[in-house]
Amino acid sequence: MAKKPQDSEPPQQAAPPIVPHADVERAAVDAVNKSEYRSLYAAQKKIHPKRAKGTFRTIKWWVMIVTLGIYYLSPWIRWDRGPEIPDQAILVDIANSRFYFFFIEIWPQEVYYITGLLILAAIMLFLVTSTAGRIWCGYTCPQTVWVDLFLVVERFVEGERNARIKLDKAPLSWSKFAKRAIKHIIWLVISVLTGGAWVFYMNDAPTLMAELIAFDAPLTTYFWIALLTFTTYILGGFAREQVCTYMCPWPRIQGVMMDNDTLAVMYKEDRGEPRAPHKKGDSWEGRGDCVQCRQCVVVCPMGIDIRDGLQLECIQCSLCIDACDEVMEKIGRPKGLIAYDSLANFERRANNEPEKIQIIRPRTLFYTLLIIIVGGGIFYGLMNRADLDVNILRDRNPLFVQLSSGDIRNGYTIKILNKSHDIRKFSLSVSGLKHYKMNVVGIQEKTPEGLPVIEVGRDRLRSVKVYLTVPKEDLTNDSISVTITAKDLDSDSMSENITSFKGPKK
Amino acid sequence: MSNEPEYDEITDTYTTGHEWDGVKELDTPMPRWWLWTLYATIIWAVGYWIAMPAWPLVSDYTKGVLGYSQRDVVAAQLNEAKEARKIYAERLLSADLETIENNQDLLEFSMASGKAVFGDNCAGCHGSGASGAKGYPNLNDDDWLWGGSLDEIHETITVGIRGVHEDTRLSDMPAFLTDEFLDEGQIKDVAAYVTALSDKSVTAPAGSLEIYQENCAACHGEDATGNKEFGAPNLADSIWLFGDDQQSLISTISYSRKGVMPSWAGRLDPATIKALAVYIHTLGGGE
Repeated sequence: MAKKPQDSEPPQQAAPPIVPHADVERAAVDAVNKSEYRSLYAAQKKIHPKRAKGTFRTIKWWVMIVTLGIYYLSPWIRWDRGPEIPDQAILVDIANSRFYFFFIEIWPQEVYYITGLLILAAIMLFLVTSTAGRIWCGYTCPQTVWVDLFLVVERFVEGERNARIKLDKAPLSWSKFAKRAIKHIIWLVISVLTGGAWVFYMNDAPTLMAELIAFDAPLTTYFWIALLTFTTYILGGFAREQVCTYMCPWPRIQGVMMDNDTLAVMYKEDRGEPRAPHKKGDSWEGRGDCVQCRQCVVVCPMGIDIRDGLQLECIQCSLCIDACDEVMEKIGRPKGLIAYDSLANFERRANNEPEKIQIIRPRTLFYTLLIIIVGGGIFYGLMNRADLDVNILRDRNPLFVQLSSGDIRNGYTIKILNKSHDIRKFSLSVSGLKHYKMNVVGIQEKTPEGLPVIEVGRDRLRSVKVYLTVPKEDLTNDSISVTITAKDLDSDSMSENITSFKGPKK
Repeated sequence: MSNEPEYDEITDTYTTGHEWDGVKELDTPMPRWWLWTLYATIIWAVGYWIAMPAWPLVSDYTKGVLGYSQRDVVAAQLNEAKEARKIYAERLLSADLETIENNQDLLEFSMASGKAVFGDNCAGCHGSGASGAKGYPNLNDDDWLWGGSLDEIHETITVGIRGVHEDTRLSDMPAFLTDEFLDEGQIKDVAAYVTALSDKSVTAPAGSLEIYQENCAACHGEDATGNKEFGAPNLADSIWLFGDDQQSLISTISYSRKGVMPSWAGRLDPATIKALAVYIHTLGGGE
């Protein structure tokens, strides 16, 4: 058998011999995900990020509170729409095929508004990405937020980074088992709550809550809760950074939105290099500002070294900025060795030009213009959304009926969609025929002019069967264009619809 | 060919020692998750054999401890559907036909369920659009042999025509040629006479009026507008159930016609017949 060479473990670098700044914590580790050591044939190594402190961590806490708050609380917001109509502000009412979003209400055939909304969201994401990189990934993506939340639990139960690494290596004991059990139970509770909040978007929240507590909710509800519990637990507890690196398509797409002026979390190597440990009191002449403390590495939830340059694993969560700034402050160097910076600024510094943040560029202007156009289109559409829609289906079987007198009768199914929240009455009238008799099945009410009156409930569709009979002498053609008009009796709202009246071949 | 396993540096794995045309196979273990999924499915399968019907036997099959049966599920679902319709069935039974047609709720239910029942039971003869065929009346038009009011339609569906019901509708036109009431010439004349009633391009031959009055008017009426009491068709309109050409008419008069419709009482429940009657009435020709 051929001899197997030594394992290609990442070299554990020995701690530097000199005693540097005593107040700067140092780590003698390399990034877990460093590209040189990464193998697709090896199991993923667990990342134990240390908690960072600073501006960006604070921003991320607030983003977490706001996004989780929106997710958990928004189904409970009420919005009065009048009697018989759900009063939940955000509701995907699958049973009645309606989508409610505050003042917006969408019927299934208006699904293009949702398409428009998604397009708008995508372009906004493009704009943000071309301006400041992976803001979405680093701060607001549910994967990032939930992993952050799971890490809070992990740190609370098992302690900070070093304690967690030690616990991982320790043999199984009662205390290790207890810690693990508590951690997983809390994770599962969070996961159940995550799945539990999701179903409230599809149902009236207070009603469903009562049903869930009484174990009386529909089976599908439990299925969805179970499914989302499972995915939250797996993606937040175990898959973590692998979701961003291997599963998510967005990181690969967003490369095309970035250019030299796009802001990104970057290590300013022109300032940091050559890196070396630094002893308090020593001169900073002839060396870079990076003191090799590797705090940027230990706080990284993706397990990379930001000093290796832009990498696809980096979700640009900015935690390394916080870690580095803290160190820079302690050693008395200016902050921002790792900062939001652009490739263009690297060039400018190399050419001794002043740094510049160029947000207004053709690319960002173009995205902004697209947002205005798409957003304006959706807004215009919603503001001018008709609250009356009429669909006419001509009978095809039979195409027409010859009566005993020789007159010809056509049948139509007329669907009146009352999208307003009031009960409305519509009159039906016909134009395009000289003489005709109109009969609406089951309708007795008539206007003073003798037109049939059809009452349609709030936010409802009513389908009626209408028969038109035309004397045979009037049939000049085997198909006559006919306009059927539905008009609201109390307002000017009306809908004209062109259909045809068919007879025997002439 | 099998050789010694070799170490592959790039993947940090040994080969299996197998080699085909210079292509070597790495001895990569199955992914753990894949193996566990396989084991889980095996355990699941064993549990399934015990719990559910699984193995065919000579004349039977293993029933499984849960006693699951798709037949029972279907039966239960049918019962459930029946239960769900019960509210409507009861309302239909207690209401009279006029009331059903004037109530939006019951009308919509009747039109929907009546359409389905029509498709299952009536469309075979009357066509899916109820426009009929030669010998099978068009139910969309306003020409009714036995009457087109709600009650009359309901009665016709219930008792049928020449059906097994004791009150079944029955009309009995003689076969004028076979029974030797009229000779071929007379039949030709009277056929021309009835055609002329609705078709102005045909003139009634001399003497045909007398033949009509003697032989036909008793049932079809002096003015030939028919009589719904006996199911005698209107001969003065332009609708002909068995064809409007002379040959068809001569054939009808010579040998008579005996249309048949089953009695639906006993085949369909009373509430369904009511819904069906309302549906047919709303097809447009209802009186």
